[in-house]
Amino acid sequence: MTEATQAAAPAIEMTGVELTLSSNAGRVEILRGVDLSVARGETVGIVGPSGSGKSSLLMLMGGLERATGGSVLAMGHDLTAMNEDALARFRRSHMGVVFQSFHLIPTMTALENVATPLELRGDPDAFGRAAEELAAVGLAARASHYPAQLSGGEQQRVALARAAATRPAILLADEPTGNLDGATGEVIMDLLLGLRDRHGATLIMVTHAPELAARCDRVVKVADGRIEDDGRARQAAE
Amino acid sequence: MTVMSVAFRIARRELRGGIKGFYVFLGCLALGVAAIAAVGSVRMAISEGLSREGRSILGGDAEISITYRFAEDDELAWMRARGAAVSGIADFRSMAVTLGEDGLPDRALTQVKGVDAAYPLYGTLTLSGGLTAAQALGLQDGRWGVAMQRALIDRLGLEIGDPVRLGAAEYDLRAEILAEPDAAAGGFGFGPRTLVMTDGLAPSGLLAPGTLFDSRYRLVLPDDTDLEVMKAELAAAFPAAGMRWRDRRNGAPGLQTFVDRLGAFLVLVGLAALAMGGVGVSAAVRSYLEGKTETIATLKTLGAEGRLIFAVYLIQIAALAALGVGIGLALGAGLPALAGPLLADRLPVPALFTIYAAPLAEAAVYGLLTALIFALWPLAQARELRAARLFRDIAGSERTWPRPTYIIAIGLLAALLVASAVLFSGLWTLALGFAVGVIGALIALRIAAYGVRRAARRLSRVRMVRGRPSLRLALGAVGGPGGETPGVILSLGLGLAVLAAVGQIDTNLRDVIGRELPDRAPAFFFVDIQNDQLPGFLTRAKAVDGVGDIATAPMLRGVITKLNGIDADKAPIDPSASWVIRGDRGLTYAETPPTGTIITDGTWWAPDYAGPPLVSFAEEEGRELGLNIGDTVTVSVLGRELTATVASFRVVEFRDMGINFLMLMNPTALVGAPHTHIATVHADAGAEGALLRAVAGDYPNITAIAVREAVEQVSGALKDLASATRWGASVTLMTGLVVLIGAAAAGERRRVHEAAVLKTLGMTRPAILASFALRSAMLGAAAGAVAIGAGALAGWAVIEKVMEASYVFAPLPAVLIVLGGAAASLLAGLAFAWRPLSARPAQVLRANE
Repeated sequence: MTEATQAAAPAIEMTGVELTLSSNAGRVEILRGVDLSVARGETVGIVGPSGSGKSSLLMLMGGLERATGGSVLAMGHDLTAMNEDALARFRRSHMGVVFQSFHLIPTMTALENVATPLELRGDPDAFGRAAEELAAVGLAARASHYPAQLSGGEQQRVALARAAATRPAILLADEPTGNLDGATGEVIMDLLLGLRDRHGATLIMVTHAPELAARCDRVVKVADGRIEDDGRARQAAE
Repeated sequence: MTVMSVAFRIARRELRGGIKGFYVFLGCLALGVAAIAAVGSVRMAISEGLSREGRSILGGDAEISITYRFAEDDELAWMRARGAAVSGIADFRSMAVTLGEDGLPDRALTQVKGVDAAYPLYGTLTLSGGLTAAQALGLQDGRWGVAMQRALIDRLGLEIGDPVRLGAAEYDLRAEILAEPDAAAGGFGFGPRTLVMTDGLAPSGLLAPGTLFDSRYRLVLPDDTDLEVMKAELAAAFPAAGMRWRDRRNGAPGLQTFVDRLGAFLVLVGLAALAMGGVGVSAAVRSYLEGKTETIATLKTLGAEGRLIFAVYLIQIAALAALGVGIGLALGAGLPALAGPLLADRLPVPALFTIYAAPLAEAAVYGLLTALIFALWPLAQARELRAARLFRDIAGSERTWPRPTYIIAIGLLAALLVASAVLFSGLWTLALGFAVGVIGALIALRIAAYGVRRAARRLSRVRMVRGRPSLRLALGAVGGPGGETPGVILSLGLGLAVLAAVGQIDTNLRDVIGRELPDRAPAFFFVDIQNDQLPGFLTRAKAVDGVGDIATAPMLRGVITKLNGIDADKAPIDPSASWVIRGDRGLTYAETPPTGTIITDGTWWAPDYAGPPLVSFAEEEGRELGLNIGDTVTVSVLGRELTATVASFRVVEFRDMGINFLMLMNPTALVGAPHTHIATVHADAGAEGALLRAVAGDYPNITAIAVREAVEQVSGALKDLASATRWGASVTLMTGLVVLIGAAAAGERRRVHEAAVLKTLGMTRPAILASFALRSAMLGAAAGAVAIGAGALAGWAVIEKVMEASYVFAPLPAVLIVLGGAAASLLAGLAFAWRPLSARPAQVLRANE
């Protein structure tokens, strides 16, 4: 793919994606031929019952999991053709990921956690920008606190600031409010959508909560490893 | 239902999960206990062997030895009246001489044993060619025979049948000594053994009056003889004869003491291994309890009290500790017993390998106490955690202090451990010093770990580090909360500290012997120079080119029998001076103070003094014997008791290797006592051969002791000691590695998570690996640096206080220790980097959801 076509390519383009994992209980088919395209700047909510494969879908989009079949293109780059380190560099330049369990590094303060992806990109003002990002999520005062000293909601806000710090083209969020109470979840959701609006990123979010999904441009339903409804029809109807 | 029965039932259920996660715990305990049990078992095997073989090691049921002379008729009669058989030997050092290939005489120092027809009373003398003692040593065609040890035969390039000279006589070498039953009893000998008939020594002139030799009479006694009574009878019958008694109960007291001391010392080194294992025990218990946070919280929510929680986990840890100690005991008892037949052949002393209960019990006590001491703290902490906090917080993020009761209990158990070590080892100062050293090192390392964390934390915020994520991550991990820093620094640091101490001691000993001495030391000691030979000896020696200073002194030997009229063995003395009264010591006389003498107290006698005997005593030893100016010392010289008044104290530097005597008397005190002279000769290395030829040819009875050879022999003995210590230290290091691997393994899960997050943020594997490597190397180097301090302190204490030599810091082993520490930590870290680097982020992160 040339640079010109890459520039015009959708944010995510999945074709015939399969994912089979081996476990002690035998091989488990997680995804069975998924086709999905997400346009740049779009916000997509992925919903489905537990075990339907929605989180795996998100992991494949982030290059955190490797497809056993089909192709996954992000910003026109074939993720299935990249090795671990190339994937890491790609995420560094194009992606931010938010997890249900926050996944902050416990030995780093909030500020250091946010500064890390910026440092990895070689940003000369990593800490200055990290401080701004923390302030943007309302945690300027907690910059020197370790994750263990923060509440769940605060940890997730640090994770959001970290994901947004590099101004990624794609924001992936895996049940970002799953470990939080309703009110805190709302705050996080507002922040997430606010970040997306400010930076114009593509946001793809896995969630159990229909009301959160409803705040997205499109809702994709996953069931039994397949796309049951890609939400296009409903989007067109609206 | 009592708390304990509930605790037992819950503990049993909890243990159903098996011992997974406890391998390091078990390994740490088992290694330390095995090392201590093995050392104790070998020591016991040798002790038992020595005691069972006591009479053949000694060569009789009892032995009476005399210095300088053979027994008088009345003394022999006393022995014959009591012993079913009596055998006498003469033991002395001399030179064995042969004609070399170049036609010039070739000489070697040898320890000669003159025997009689009854030798040996017990045990079997094995000679090559199946010869008997009579065949090998007896008179054949007008010539006496000798048997020699292989080392001497090789040294002189002899063949069986060759002639060899001892003193003024020539003998035939008829056999090689393959086994000498009483070899171990003599203790430290100069040179390899030559066996000869005492009767055959007459023409050699080597046993002339005043010559240095020991005569020993071995007695065969009925089994029911009361040895203690007989010993007292001998002392009563010949109170002034300077006779020494030994019997089958302890055939080789010197050897027994050496084995006991070395064994006790190695047990202490084993204890260091166990103390370090304690760090691993503590870490394992802590990690286990952190994994049990939810269970503990649940139990507390269901109404379990703190003491029940404590009991539940104490029972589990105790059961596992018993298992670990059991494995250690099985290894420690089994390995020596299995390797016994192999070891017994290699040991120069008899050993009776089997399973001994006493050393195993000692090791078990140490093991269980260590496990308890190190497990109590985390157990007591678990008791204090509140259920609400357990549910809310990340486990281990906040630690509380245990209740004072537990802290006191830990202190008491530690005191009990130290007391056991003192009691079992019997080496008060060493064991206490060792305990202080280990506890001090642990505290220093704990403080160092705190310091390293603080420093890393601070460094990670330095502007220069920003933009270098691998370095900042490494610093963050070293300095951040809940990391591996304390565990790694403690375990590796203590192991390296023991190694550093051994390195410092080893280097210093080698320096003292190998470098400092030869600069000042003479090339030769010549002993047994007869009065009439002295002028000729001096003329010949001075005529040799390259010969420098020559010093001579009259020499006698005597046994100190009384101090201020009290029997020497009953007098209150400093134990470190007990060697002074144990055997016979050198004695000389002089009109004026010899050159270089420093009188520290009292005055020297007038040159023409002719009053009652006066003695000038070596300052340090004299004071240790409790002597003051005006006190009296009674010395038995050649069977005559001589009481002298202490007139002065002198500084005696034995390390100078000059002529030094503990006791120096006024000339008239020793008038008439037959004696010989000793000479020290400084000579260039090139002149040594010519000097030997010039002197020894005309005076075959004079024995030359090459200082270099003697030093090599002493160095050899020290090397053996050092290698035994190194074996001990290697167990310590091995335990350190187990703890280190345990810490790295325990940190693996955290690293897997960290690597997954970092990959998600865009960090490549080489950068992650670099960060892991950096943090491991930093921790290792920090542990090494602290170890150098602790090792240098221990080295200083041993060299200055125990060996009484001067300590110089040895930089090379110190640098090696830091590098070794960094490398060990790096390797352990990298060994556990594979999984974090290879794991897929999605799987790791989702498993944590």
